Amino acid sequence: MTAGPVPILAEGLTKTYGGFTAVDGIDLEVRRGEAFGVLGANGAGKSSTMRMIACVSPVTAGSLRILGRDSATDGAAIRARLGVVPQDDTIDGELTVRENLLIYGRYFGLSWKVLRERSARLLEFARLEDKAGDAVGTLSGGMRRRLTIARALINEPEIVLLDEPTTGLDPQARHLLWERLHRLKQDGVTLLLTTHYMDEAEQLCDRLVVMDAGRIVASGTPAELIARHTSREVLELKFAADERQVMIDKCRGLAERMEELPYRLLLYTDDGEETLAAVNARGVRPRTALIRRSTLEDVFLTLTGRSLVD
Amino acid sequence: MGTSAPAFRELGYWLFRYRRTWRGSIVISVANPLFFLTALGLGLGKLVDRDGALHGESYLRFILPGMLVAAVMQTAFLEAAGPVLQSVRQRGNYRAAAATPLSPEDILYGHLMFWALRAVQNAVLFTGVSVVFGAVDPARAPLLVPIALLVAVAFATPAAAWSVTVTRPSQISAVFRFAVLPLYMFSGTFFPVEQLPSWLRPLAWATPLWHGVDLGRAVALGTATPFRVLVHVGYLTAMAVAGLLVARRNYRRTLHV
Amino acid sequence: MTVTANPPVRPRHGRPWTMVERNLMIYRHTWPVILAEIFEPLLYLLAFGLGIGALVGHVPGLRGDVPYPEFVAPALLATAAMNGAMNETTFNLYAKLTTDRTYESILTTPMSVRSVALGEVSWALLRGTLVSTAFLAVVSAFGLVHTPAALLVVPSALLIGFTFASTGLLVVTFLRSWQDFQLIQLVMLPMFLFATTFFPLNVYPRPIQVFIEALPLYHGIELTRAAFLGTTSAHLAVAVAYLALLGTAALTWAVHRLERTLRD
Repeated sequence: MTAGPVPILAEGLTKTYGGFTAVDGIDLEVRRGEAFGVLGANGAGKSSTMRMIACVSPVTAGSLRILGRDSATDGAAIRARLGVVPQDDTIDGELTVRENLLIYGRYFGLSWKVLRERSARLLEFARLEDKAGDAVGTLSGGMRRRLTIARALINEPEIVLLDEPTTGLDPQARHLLWERLHRLKQDGVTLLLTTHYMDEAEQLCDRLVVMDAGRIVASGTPAELIARHTSREVLELKFAADERQVMIDKCRGLAERMEELPYRLLLYTDDGEETLAAVNARGVRPRTALIRRSTLEDVFLTLTGRSLVD
Repeated sequence: MGTSAPAFRELGYWLFRYRRTWRGSIVISVANPLFFLTALGLGLGKLVDRDGALHGESYLRFILPGMLVAAVMQTAFLEAAGPVLQSVRQRGNYRAAAATPLSPEDILYGHLMFWALRAVQNAVLFTGVSVVFGAVDPARAPLLVPIALLVAVAFATPAAAWSVTVTRPSQISAVFRFAVLPLYMFSGTFFPVEQLPSWLRPLAWATPLWHGVDLGRAVALGTATPFRVLVHVGYLTAMAVAGLLVARRNYRRTLHV
Repeated sequence: MTVTANPPVRPRHGRPWTMVERNLMIYRHTWPVILAEIFEPLLYLLAFGLGIGALVGHVPGLRGDVPYPEFVAPALLATAAMNGAMNETTFNLYAKLTTDRTYESILTTPMSVRSVALGEVSWALLRGTLVSTAFLAVVSAFGLVHTPAALLVVPSALLIGFTFASTGLLVVTFLRSWQDFQLIQLVMLPMFLFATTFFPLNVYPRPIQVFIEALPLYHGIELTRAAFLGTTSAHLAVAVAYLALLGTAALTWAVHRLERTLRD
């Protein structure tokens, strides 16, 4: 990628609402052309962070430079070079699909001539050519999200911010969206996204941070995070409800770490087979047992002590 | 027909909802006509009463029954049209009620009772204040309440029959603007129909609101004759019954598919 | 497809006009709404001008005696300008702020809150001009216009539209729910009825006259009525100043309050 100012550079970034601290002095550096993920449960401070980076919400304390400019003074100039895909699709319900792209482009001061050409290309990119003249009310969830993404690209942004891009979509729609985001990355666009989904983060992100209660609790590539914060394998056990507690007590001390979740018990270990054998040797009879590799979900659980989707 | 007990459950629903909005609705249904009454009856009345154009009757006493009846019509239309459209939508309360043992007729009758109660409430408040204003003879004022009730039912049933089939809210505002508002203004509410050009008068006499307004005015001013009362009451009753029959059919067709 | 390979088209900052473009694009689908807005004042003119006019005859106390229809027509134009502008910046704007959340996405672009506010007010003015011009044309066709000065009702309506669009914008920043619209009604309807729309100021006792003279709509009606009847007086300068000041102050405050709400 070509050299230039760091796309996003935050130091001690803080946001408070009244007495409540949503973002508590975080540092971030997003590099040009990478896909950067922000993980966290609801209320961890992801959306507040995104809104500050989008220059729609003023920074309470700390510094935030985007594309080399100060977000506090150059908001409009920065926004001119960003694409924003908000969590809820805020597409204009009174306009048709194509009109949404055209009018949104006008907000950037782009000429009608440029917009006609770009909207045609973006409709194709979003696979919405057949829907161009339709009211947006007739679109499916996946189509609405693709239109929102197409809309965010109308100004040919250098950075695209995506807040939970695939929440609420069916598996097919998610895969189509991921594929489109990969293409954007290949074209050199810097992506910053928040997500609930660990598989999405593993699929899309070069690097990521995990947020909890307004702070960053871990950062790195997905592989680094797994290596650093969790064991190689996980043994998942399920028990019958009546003997659950007895069985769990019997398992104590068999693994480096144990996590009790509703309906299942996770044992973190470097060798799942060996641990399962030890479990059986103690007379524990699980209804099902599963050995799998550790994922980001386990990293999250280790770091925050709770599962992500709650 | 006749009202079955389940209809009272539907009425209960509307009364329950009304607990949250009654303050605002009293403002709209009583304060608005009172503003009109003060501005037109007292203010404009000063200009009108100069030449005794109304055969010695003051303009205030002349427009009071008209304002009452027209306001009741407007409220009946608005409460029957918008809320019915809202209720009949997929997530509306008619759909929820139709999934219980309530029949479409029960839902209609229950809602109709609510409109009738609202009309009586408005009419009592409105005539009460008018008596204080000296705008109506206290002895004849109570007679305006059943007239208001009849007018409300005569307009609410056709409005409900139509609204239950409507798909877009803009249709309702169009009918309000292009049908209800002209009725409001040209049915003898603000000036005698005799002031209209001669070719327009028969049209005004044919409108249901004129029958309501003229009935109210004849009763309030003590000029009613049995024949006149019979014609007006007959017209409005026929309209109410016809509206109810069509509404029953449309409710059944829409809610039990 | 490449998204960034093209030579960059240098984006300029979004301007208020863009908001007008958005609304125009919507009106391509819903233009009959504007017809309804012209229809309503005409209906009042017919009912009051002709029906009640026959009872009233002439309105005394103005320069000579004025036939009643010519007395109410300019006032109805002023109230139409007021209602059109207020509806646009209260009802429609509140829907965009809460239900549709239209501005949320607009503000992620270089558009500023100020541009959005100015754009919405400009749009209200454009609509107002359309309605007042059409109303004037119809009224002329009825033969109620006797002076070329009547053309001045259009700029007068524009000023009224500005004052009330800005006031509406300010009011909307204070609303807590849809129920609050009834409070707006509670102010707007009496103003419509009492601010000399249907009868002259001299029907009131003096203390009430003072109160009426403080209403913005009263000044608006003074302007349109003077233009329509071709009269002039020193008071007109007061009316223009009052409306312009009120509008500017309301707009400035409204933009300040919107900044706080929309960029939290």
